[in-house]
Amino acid sequence: MVTANNLIKTYGKKHEVLAVDHVSFSVDEGEIFGLIGPDGAGKTSIFRILTTLLLPDSGSATVAGFDVFKDYRQIRNTIGYMPGKFSLYPDLSVEENLNFFATVFGTSIKENYDLIKEIYVQLEPFKKRRAGKLSGGMKQKLALCCALIHKPAALFLDEPTTGVDPVSRKEFWEMLKRLKAEKITILVSTAYMDEATLCDRIALIDSGKILSVDTPANISASYPDKLLAVKADKMSPLLKALSKFHKILSSYSFGEYAHVSVKNDEENIEAELKNYLQKAGIENIEIKPINASVEDCFIKLLK
Amino acid sequence: MQQVVIKTDKLTKRFGHFTAVNEITFEVYKGEIFGFLGANGAGKTTAMRMLIGLSKPTSGSAAVAGFDVYKQTENIKKNIGYMSQKFSLYEDLTVLENISFYGGIYGLSDSQIKAKSDELITKLGLQKEAKKLVASLPLGWKQKLSFSVALLHEPKIVFLDEPTGGVDPLTRRQFWDLIYATSDKGITIFVTTHYMDEAEYCNRISIMVDGKIEALDSPENLKKQFNAGSMDEVFYELARGAKRNN
Repeated sequence: MVTANNLIKTYGKKHEVLAVDHVSFSVDEGEIFGLIGPDGAGKTSIFRILTTLLLPDSGSATVAGFDVFKDYRQIRNTIGYMPGKFSLYPDLSVEENLNFFATVFGTSIKENYDLIKEIYVQLEPFKKRRAGKLSGGMKQKLALCCALIHKPAALFLDEPTTGVDPVSRKEFWEMLKRLKAEKITILVSTAYMDEATLCDRIALIDSGKILSVDTPANISASYPDKLLAVKADKMSPLLKALSKFHKILSSYSFGEYAHVSVKNDEENIEAELKNYLQKAGIENIEIKPINASVEDCFIKLLK
Repeated sequence: MQQVVIKTDKLTKRFGHFTAVNEITFEVYKGEIFGFLGANGAGKTTAMRMLIGLSKPTSGSAAVAGFDVYKQTENIKKNIGYMSQKFSLYEDLTVLENISFYGGIYGLSDSQIKAKSDELITKLGLQKEAKKLVASLPLGWKQKLSFSVALLHEPKIVFLDEPTGGVDPLTRRQFWDLIYATSDKGITIFVTTHYMDEAEYCNRISIMVDGKIEALDSPENLKKQFNAGSMDEVFYELARGAKRNN
């Protein structure tokens, strides 16, 4: 459905800012593909290239079989795009915005109402309200409706959940699952690592470069070291003590646990570590082996 | 006895018929990392704006660093630091220029600004970047710089509004190292976040739902209270009942 081959994009008079650095990946039809990385990683530039809003310096890309250089008109008719920044008309009402986008794409709200129904019913009580006066969550739902109204083959969602609370984020991902069931291919970008597991496949990206592309499960399984979760009374002294233990490759806080990497061949490490921490005055120690999360892998790949 | 640095009693803010913050009562102690959580639209920002002296309450009372939020807002501003979720340093000024600009606003003398600048640049390892425009720094560094600038005038309390949104996981943890170090010095941290793992790093947490504080305790006690395995579950349990449509 989507292919990117060796995309490069630079900004600045002397091309001094390398925003997209030899990026290649492909997205299969009907999958939810996540571009996972922090702000400034190049996610938006990649999305803008694929949605034909930005030309790459070099490389090639296709969407639904169409070339981003030559066939940009066809691509624009085939896809839906929800930019990270709210980009609807603030002076038009909810209903007017939706009507506008339907008309531009040569369709009507009625024709594809089924697709947006579940989202739109939540907006309907406010359909006469100007889009600019909506709350953040409502704006986001309206933007999604407008991106869907022409029943696109592929949907591009640029950071749809940034600044959104955990409950609303969960709801948003449930909406995406329902759209996937409608056979819409979804490309979504996010800085929240925990959303990675909700995608079929992900690309981890930082500083314009793709660090890894695979299913979340395979990425987690590829973590090279033995990983332990360690808990104690207080996180701050625990982290300080862990950083001084010579057999530890790295240790980072993950909620109430610290995740500790050690070499794979360390056999008695759990007992050794417990002993060390006790001597360091750490109390109520709990240690257990765990599988790596995508966030563990991301940190490992950043270093 | 723990020293109270923020104390509110039935603090309320109404906009017309809409009660954004509804009689919230709580205390925050010196040196504590206090997590101020809630769903979008629950009233966190409005509550925070009252506490930092930017918005007058409709009713109720509150004291921040011992000063009244109705009458002594200027004293409050001198005694607190604030870092907004929107990056608020001047992009077109260099790192050093930003430090001296904010130092000047906070009333530091030239020699104090010089000393603070040196200390901050060394602490953050920004020697090579000191004379570069802030616009050219990566987001993670900007956030760390922004936090340090909010501490320039040695405030008693620092308010952080979603300080780690969008930063990479490594920088997010380095940022929390800065928060811990600041709290160890006895400075109170009042922080909002949408990352539930970060909620675990706070000493105590309040969770706002529809303008009210529905829960307030240590992460450990909250998990016990709601019979939940993680703060994520606690939050979900409380916030999914929210009536306010955001």
